[in-house]
Amino acid sequence: MAKRTTKRRISKSTKPKKQAANKSKIQLNDDIGEKTRLRMWQLQLEVRHVEQRAHDLFFQNLIKGTSHLAIGQEAIASACAAVMRPDDYTFCTYRGHAHTLVRGASMEGVLGELMGRECGMLGGKGGSMHLTDVEKGAMGSYAIIGAHLPIAAGAAWKAQYLKTGQISFCFFGDGTTNIGAFHEALNFSVIWKLPVVFVCENNLYMEYTPIADVTAVEHPAADRAGAYGLESIIVDGNDADLVYRVARDAADKARAGDGPSLIEAKTYRHSGHSRADPATYRPEGELEKWLERDPLKIYRKRLIDFGVKEGKVVAIENAVLKAVDDATEFAKNSSTPSKDVLMTEVWADGGSSWRN
Amino acid sequence: MAELTYREAVADGIAQEMERDETVVFLGEDIAKAGGVFKATVGLYDKFGPDRVRDTPISEQAILGAAMGAAMTGLRPVAEIMFSDFLAVCWDIVANQIAKSRYMTDGQVSMPLVIRTANGGGARFGAQHSQSVENWSMMIPGLKVVAPSTPADVKGLLAAAIRDPDPVMFFEQKSLYPSKGDVPEGEHIEEIGVAKVVREGSDVTIVALAAMVPRALEAADRLYSEAGISAGVVDLRSLVPLDTKTIFEQVEKTSRLVTVEENPRLCGWGAEISSIVAEERFWDLDMPIIRITTPHIPLPSADELEDLALPSVERIFKTVRQGVD
Repeated sequence: MAKRTTKRRISKSTKPKKQAANKSKIQLNDDIGEKTRLRMWQLQLEVRHVEQRAHDLFFQNLIKGTSHLAIGQEAIASACAAVMRPDDYTFCTYRGHAHTLVRGASMEGVLGELMGRECGMLGGKGGSMHLTDVEKGAMGSYAIIGAHLPIAAGAAWKAQYLKTGQISFCFFGDGTTNIGAFHEALNFSVIWKLPVVFVCENNLYMEYTPIADVTAVEHPAADRAGAYGLESIIVDGNDADLVYRVARDAADKARAGDGPSLIEAKTYRHSGHSRADPATYRPEGELEKWLERDPLKIYRKRLIDFGVKEGKVVAIENAVLKAVDDATEFAKNSSTPSKDVLMTEVWADGGSSWRN
Repeated sequence: MAELTYREAVADGIAQEMERDETVVFLGEDIAKAGGVFKATVGLYDKFGPDRVRDTPISEQAILGAAMGAAMTGLRPVAEIMFSDFLAVCWDIVANQIAKSRYMTDGQVSMPLVIRTANGGGARFGAQHSQSVENWSMMIPGLKVVAPSTPADVKGLLAAAIRDPDPVMFFEQKSLYPSKGDVPEGEHIEEIGVAKVVREGSDVTIVALAAMVPRALEAADRLYSEAGISAGVVDLRSLVPLDTKTIFEQVEKTSRLVTVEENPRLCGWGAEISSIVAEERFWDLDMPIIRITTPHIPLPSADELEDLALPSVERIFKTVRQGVD
């Protein structure tokens, strides 16, 4: 008998109720707690300012190629990272600077890679769309839509087989829900009961086209969940606390051996699809409406409402800005990759030889 | 020595490696309980159980994606793609992901996995279940490409592929599955990237792969008995790494080179070998290099038509004799 699927819609804000100021401390240390909240604040700031810096460096012609920024989508990656164990796995897309950074990857490594410098985390061989930091559990940014969903399932299979307790988090956009690999990976992960959390960041546009114009259902991920016996979960992706709670539930479920989850987090990218896209296809006023719901704006207010001193909130932001400045200078001063690395690391022996 | 069929050698090779290394796991369509559609994996499920030998849905991207994710986090998966033609539906995972991830991450990830697949014609399956696609893999940097012609090499090279730290595309020629041969008893492992001179010759060197090896050998017998031509035969065994050393040694000896491949004409691996020999051993050659291939057509299904398309013993015999004369 088919499993009955349930629906969950999490969009109600966790604003504290009006009460005495001395109660606010208690609320701050609720199921999420002050320490985790401050960490999520810092992670969101790191993503925002590194992305902003990447944008600026592009227009100084210090970053070439392309780049897909996550400005406006910071809450999802940051909240999920706060849920993860250090040895959990992250798989993300070409819009993956955020997901890589929040695992603790260095800003120098990220900005250096974007700038094609020796200090880049991939030594200049991968670029913006392939950021990876295996030591931190950031198992790669995948630039072909859908590919990394089954790959994330494979890493989860390893964890299941060796009983390590690790789980995979797999992030992708709304456009991914219309490619075959999405459906293959979901079915596969459910039948093998794999410990993987699929997170669809629905920013309303697949590249330049509204997702609603090209999708048979209203909620591109959540409305497909039932086809795989999964709960339909939609969360406000601009509220880190709400994302944290659904991600925590999904991670707990995966770690308990109860299989995968599919979360649809609604969000919005403030910039275009890539640097080539000025996003003129958006209706007038849409961006402005979403800027009101900027995840950082929401979270700054949350912290203040919960009684965190403004000085502390600002100090974290200033420290992040300084770290981004330092990393930018470091990357600018890093040399370009040595020509010796061109022919290395095709094979595990470090070389690229294909004949004797 | 024990006499095994080519198909038995597949299960034997996988079993040998699963016994010695618990990180070796095996997945694919119908490979576990059913023992494989070609019966090449019979017994593995019973021996190693459902955690290590797992049936999958018809989801080639999921199969290879899962193999990749498991390989880059510490397992040594063997994945079966039932027919090599189906690689077309999961080629992204092969060509963009598995092959490139190590280089793109500057060596942060390793990909110790094997993709086994039934390749090639001769079984009357028509154009979508009969192709020889080893050359698709050969042209992608980052993939090793192996295609055995004997049961002993199936076992030894499959074992080597499983132990290899890099991704290996392992092409089993489906018309060879019933063929028999001696396989060494006990642990058996071969080296990937070493061609084998399976027949010494002094007049011409025929370079062949997989099912073309026994055909080249039969043609060589006839060339000697009917035309007095001494033809050597090299079983390439792997395309990447390519053993150009052995090819050069034979070309230096015979001064004539013929390649025999199942691929359709354009960009078959014979073209690459011809190019390498022409560039680097031109002055050793006494005859233009000859490529024997399938014509540049999709493979037909009827017996007579498929036999006409694939390089036959008769065609190899006639083409070589004409070239040498």
